[in-house]
Amino acid sequence: MNAPQIPAAILIILIPLMSSYAIPLLGWRWRGAGYYLALSAIGASLVCSLILLYTVLTVGTIHYHLGGWLPPWGIEYVIDPLNGFVGVVVCCLSFLVTVSSRASVEKELPDKKVRFYTIYLLLFTGLMGITVTGDVFNLYVFLEIASLAAYALIAIGEDGAPLAAFNYIIMGTIGACFYLLGVGYLYIMTGSLNIADLAKLLPALYPSKVVLVALAFFLIGTAIKMGLFPLHVWLPDAYTFAPSAVSSFIAPLMTKVMAYILIRVMITVFEPSYSLKAVPVGTILTWLAAAAILVGSILAIAQSDFKRMLAYSSVSQIGYIVLGVGLANATGLVGSLLHILNHGFMKACLFSVAAALMLKTGGRNIYQLPGMHRRMPFTMAALAIAALSMVGVPPTCGFFSKWYLILGAIEAGQWIFVGVILLSSLLTAVYFMRVIEIIFFRPAPSGGHATGEGVRDEIPLSMSVPLWILAAGILLLGLFSEKIVSGILRLALPAGY
Amino acid sequence: METISSIKPLGAVLVSLIAAMLILLTGDRHRNLREAWTLLAAVIKFSLVFSLAGPILEGRSVETTLLTLVPGLKLQLRVDAFGLVFGLLASGLWVLTSIYSVGYMRSLQEHAQTRYFFCFALALSATMGIAFSANLLTLYIFYEILTLSTWPLVAHKETPEALAAGRKYLVYTLTSSTLILFSAAAIFVQTGTLDFTPGGFLAGRVAEGMLPLFFALLLFGFGVKAAIMPIHEWLPSAMIAPTPVSALLHAVAVVKAGVFGCLRVILYVFGPALLTQKGLWFPFALLVSFTILAAGMIALGQDNLKRRLAFSTINSLSIIILGALLLSKSGITGGILHLANHGYLKITLFFCAGAIYVKTRKELVSQLNGIGRRMPFTMGAFALGAMGLAGVPPLNGFISKWYLCLGALEAHEIIFLVVFLLSALLDVAFFFPIVYNAFFKAAKEEPFRCDEAPLTMVIPLTATALFSLVLGVYPDALMKFFSITNQAVRAILGGG
Repeated sequence: MNAPQIPAAILIILIPLMSSYAIPLLGWRWRGAGYYLALSAIGASLVCSLILLYTVLTVGTIHYHLGGWLPPWGIEYVIDPLNGFVGVVVCCLSFLVTVSSRASVEKELPDKKVRFYTIYLLLFTGLMGITVTGDVFNLYVFLEIASLAAYALIAIGEDGAPLAAFNYIIMGTIGACFYLLGVGYLYIMTGSLNIADLAKLLPALYPSKVVLVALAFFLIGTAIKMGLFPLHVWLPDAYTFAPSAVSSFIAPLMTKVMAYILIRVMITVFEPSYSLKAVPVGTILTWLAAAAILVGSILAIAQSDFKRMLAYSSVSQIGYIVLGVGLANATGLVGSLLHILNHGFMKACLFSVAAALMLKTGGRNIYQLPGMHRRMPFTMAALAIAALSMVGVPPTCGFFSKWYLILGAIEAGQWIFVGVILLSSLLTAVYFMRVIEIIFFRPAPSGGHATGEGVRDEIPLSMSVPLWILAAGILLLGLFSEKIVSGILRLALPAGY
Repeated sequence: METISSIKPLGAVLVSLIAAMLILLTGDRHRNLREAWTLLAAVIKFSLVFSLAGPILEGRSVETTLLTLVPGLKLQLRVDAFGLVFGLLASGLWVLTSIYSVGYMRSLQEHAQTRYFFCFALALSATMGIAFSANLLTLYIFYEILTLSTWPLVAHKETPEALAAGRKYLVYTLTSSTLILFSAAAIFVQTGTLDFTPGGFLAGRVAEGMLPLFFALLLFGFGVKAAIMPIHEWLPSAMIAPTPVSALLHAVAVVKAGVFGCLRVILYVFGPALLTQKGLWFPFALLVSFTILAAGMIALGQDNLKRRLAFSTINSLSIIILGALLLSKSGITGGILHLANHGYLKITLFFCAGAIYVKTRKELVSQLNGIGRRMPFTMGAFALGAMGLAGVPPLNGFISKWYLCLGALEAHEIIFLVVFLLSALLDVAFFFPIVYNAFFKAAKEEPFRCDEAPLTMVIPLTATALFSLVLGVYPDALMKFFSITNQAVRAILGGG
């Protein structure tokens, strides 16, 4: 059953897009306009995304025809439970991160605020566009919008940022080109760019080598953009040197949206029986994912820079999501989708803590953090919750996505990946417990804790409230994960799973 | 078995969680209020658990279902007889340990007391959760929370040695949790359930070849906390923690949680029938027997008092597991009884060690000559505790050891009877010299005087020692340990 043309489907992109044009105009007179306009635009998109998800779950898939043109000639926005879910995740996390961005932008980029928020909103627009669109080429357009905005935002960071952005530009553009080539090959074979249309036309063409190459190109393109091992090399530098507000935004979201593209291609554009089983893409994905999981964790242990450690951790976590896709069963895919949500919350929380540390101490070295829990107790408590969730301690959310992935691996008979997941939990514990030990159990350099209280110097409310909502979310999402799985994710699975 | 739905199990778990939050909020500024939260929570928790004894003895179980964690598994608390034994033990001893902690921490003017009491309350919450878990996943969740809440307590001193001990503790326990998680996930995929059932639920539902693997993984998983050799090493290192931590957590709550988990696996997941049929119990019985004897012998060589007590604990924990592994009626009864009895006895010994340290700063056995003349109550209690562990009547240790020996005979395994008797001899060997030297080997002829540690410390240790004596004469005193244990064994063997 399909829903009528509801405006929320287009407004979710239009509002941030138009607001991003308005920011330079308003910002000419009032420098602070950028923050508030960005916040209201993303807030409006959040409301739209909730309306969309609600409509999808109660009525059915939404098809919005842009300009009234019918598909497959016109561009169509399709919202089904999968991208409705991803949309809500992206909007929700974007909103929380944007709220907390004010203080760090003020400190790190005081004279670039207007330009910052303009490009920031364009990045958000791009990500939302990727999420809601039902057209592969439209997806490429939004992909490029998001990517270019991301390159610019990363480049305005501190020393090392322009080079990191440059590496990202090169690799990211190559990735986008591969994606575009994939789109092109499919267009040549089918004459269509609409996802639903392709899904109907492609099965007849599966024996074709061109289609096979298109699949391969999609894979490589999204792998580069996602930061899947071994194409992840741009990621650590980009996350580390970007301004705090940028890494808080990009780290939880960008790679997840790229993972969404992978999932969409694998299960909607191509049928899973072809894309994951007939061609042994599933096997390739799971082995690459396993490598990503282990390599990411091991390299994270070697880091003393907090953000760099989190970046390698992200490389590892992307491995989890891809592993779930590659296992080609329902439980695995549920685990992946749940991990998109969970990891988004966890990384947003962790990078927000990094932003807080940058605000208060100006540094990123974990060995300078002893005794920080006296200066910033609430922030460090949020860090502890997020760290425990990354390790996978129940009842935080991180445990549950691992549970589904482990179950999926057992159901697929792939016991070695069970071992990989469990081993990586232990490796994650090494570097996160180390951080917790340094902060909470090592005496602070200046006189230690002879007195019961240190100098309390917490971050401003605009940063701590979102941080606490994220930390609370980590716990609540864990406790109520079953409702999310049964209510939303089960509906997002493709037929035949 | 009839099941009553009640909020009490959840209440027992949550009361110390709420207290933990209140402790954190009260902080160092209002120390007496902060301590009051701990004591209040302990008393309320014990009362709640105590009130559950009624329905349990009538043959019913009390249940709280919280939410569905994953499709097919709920976060569920179910109090049955076996869980109640552990619950009564831990909650009862927390009341006494809280009083003791206050005395200990204040006498030594320890740092980070808020963190200490916060973590302690959290750990007890987790312990109640473990005692009352209805299925393996709920148990796993609370098990992990216990690990994490006790880590700051092990590392409390914040010296490099303490931090290293904490790291070792984490490595051992997190790795073992991984084994438990793997087994739980694999069993769930194969059977669709993880609910603890008296007499086990795996029979006929799991592939034959997987049974030994699951048994090994689960026993080693829980065995880390239960300090089975060769994965016991974290326990002696953890003795660097403050003595109340060693007393309640590393002699009662944490290690008993490990033993509790092992017994749940043996009796409620696999079950006596299945284990006897497959003969899976024997290799592990040999392994824990080795632990019993080796730990006892290592204890002989330890000069540090707490380390000696740690190895004695390792010895006693494996005795409990061996009792259950014998799979006979008396063996299981003895095992469960010893779980409770050993708790009271060992905590007495640790309390004494702490009192000695606070008063004299002495940590080594060789320094304890004549101390009985200065601190008669403390060493008197120590003597009672030592006698109880060796199995001397009229202390409670005798009752549980009697049942354990009977259990070995019922299982027709003389070798384990020999193990039990040898272990009793070892107990005498490493405890009695301490008592003798304390009372009879004074440097010079010292008159008896009463120069004890503060009352807040002496009263709890006297209480636990005397209660052990009472339990030895009347095993059902106050908490009805004996009747509840019998109830549990009836259910296990009746259902299996």
